[in-house]
Amino acid sequence: MNDIFSNPVLAKALPEAIIETLQMVGISSMFTVLIGLPLGVFLHVSAPGGLRPMPVINRLLSDVIVNITRSVPFAILMVALIPLARALTGTSLGPIAASVSLSIGTIPFFARLVENCLRDVHQGKIDAAQVMGSTRMQVINKVMLRESLPALVAAVTTTVVTLVGFSAMAGLVGGGGLGKLAYNYGFQRFDVTVMLVTIVLIIVLVQIIQLVGERISRSLDHR
Amino acid sequence: MITVTDLRKVYQQGKKEVVALDGVTLSVPKGSIHGIIGHSGAGKSTLVRCLTLLDRPTSGSVSIDGTELSSVKDSEIRAARRRIGMVFQHANLMDSRTAAGNVAHPLELVKTPKDQIRTRVAELLRLVGLEGFENAYPSQLSGGQRQRVGIARALASDPDVLLCDEPTSALDPATTDEILDLIQDLTQRLQLTVLIITHEMNVVKRVCESVSLLSGGRIVEHGALRDVAGDLESRLARALLPLPPSEPLPGALQRGPVLEILFSGDSAKEPVLTGVARHFDIDINVLAGSVETLGGEQFGHLRVQLAENADFDAVLAYLHQRGITAKLSAPAATADPDFANPALPASVPATAERGGN
Repeated sequence: MNDIFSNPVLAKALPEAIIETLQMVGISSMFTVLIGLPLGVFLHVSAPGGLRPMPVINRLLSDVIVNITRSVPFAILMVALIPLARALTGTSLGPIAASVSLSIGTIPFFARLVENCLRDVHQGKIDAAQVMGSTRMQVINKVMLRESLPALVAAVTTTVVTLVGFSAMAGLVGGGGLGKLAYNYGFQRFDVTVMLVTIVLIIVLVQIIQLVGERISRSLDHR
Repeated sequence: MITVTDLRKVYQQGKKEVVALDGVTLSVPKGSIHGIIGHSGAGKSTLVRCLTLLDRPTSGSVSIDGTELSSVKDSEIRAARRRIGMVFQHANLMDSRTAAGNVAHPLELVKTPKDQIRTRVAELLRLVGLEGFENAYPSQLSGGQRQRVGIARALASDPDVLLCDEPTSALDPATTDEILDLIQDLTQRLQLTVLIITHEMNVVKRVCESVSLLSGGRIVEHGALRDVAGDLESRLARALLPLPPSEPLPGALQRGPVLEILFSGDSAKEPVLTGVARHFDIDINVLAGSVETLGGEQFGHLRVQLAENADFDAVLAYLHQRGITAKLSAPAATADPDFANPALPASVPATAERGGN
């Protein structure tokens, strides 16, 4: 136990690593939801038999972009996107640069989750809304999104947990954070204490995210 | 008043054309309830989708009080829809909204001021007998209560027409009666035009003044309930006044001719059967019977067997003279596929065939 508090690496580098991880997860979660949610809605609405079918664009987005992005392993995607990160943020190092590839890696994943959530909204509810004279936007906002809100919150939770895992990987290629700490000290310098502490911290972080997500989701669910 | 004229809907399924509606024409006056009955695949769902403008008909027209709905521009379609309130089989309420929230939904769409919404919602919930349930979520309500919320929501936009798609098919018999009574009461109070689409003959019996039989995308029979019920040849009459299958009773009459007799209105009150027995001095056995009040009139449908030596032609003439429909029982029909009526006659006993020869 003494070891944890007297360990110089932990005392010096740990707070910074925690903040970097939270930054990466926070920024990329925000962008993932901001871009992935509308993308998921569009994928659902423009599908054949959807609210506003657009077969060609839907096909293009769904098959080409989403599926291709999702089939490239994240470790490779991350390295491949370093030039883009540099172009957008001016650097390839640090949590902000890492957030670029993290977001791009998870947006398609989240969009698919959103699409699935919306698909679970019973068609009868959409019919009912249309018969009472809803515009398409009103159907999307007041029925699709509102009725699937508990599921959407659960999807966000899953995505953020995934981002914690990805952020550890991003740490290895310059993103910093707990991943880098564990790799540099725990793996390369055989500092078992650092390794254990990072693992415990990541587990605690994931648990907190999961718990909060479930709470919110349940409080919104009236079924 | 809703008028549907020669409504056709053809779907393109690959290269094949599927005719879902093949010239449906009907008209329902204000303040009355019309039943459309048919089995699944008869075109009921397509008809609903065309009436609510969720689907455009291929040709033909739908009009409410003379205003044409089926040809309105896309931009006016939402206003047109608001003239039709719709009640669904499973209510289709929003789970995330309370009872009050669900009823408020159509009002929010047209930006009704908040205080007006509140008054109107309270009024509508009172109308359907759900005072005090404002803050209950659909999951906390029973099936019947959910359907009441659905009805209140359908009435929120002050529609002229109430379209009910299998409104009671998911409810138990007692709740079914409650909901039907509510619909009947609202029809009179608000002078609505009501169309009930159903596969349950009991719904038609209980509330409808007129009825159409939809089969293969066409209306094959239609009319006021008392007219179709009085026609022994109509499929609707057989479904409205079903006779169970019956075996001829053993004994003296076993080989006699079997007659089907339909009394309606005043003739239902006359003691005709005993009249026949006395007049011809023959014995009669009742094999099966069904007595109902339909559209405010008394109806009776009997299957009787006469003594073997009876002159059935003379009996038939005697009955016809008194305004009673009767015929020799044919080796009738297996159950009519257009009705889900458990009490339908399955087949008529073998002696009936002999009687017909």
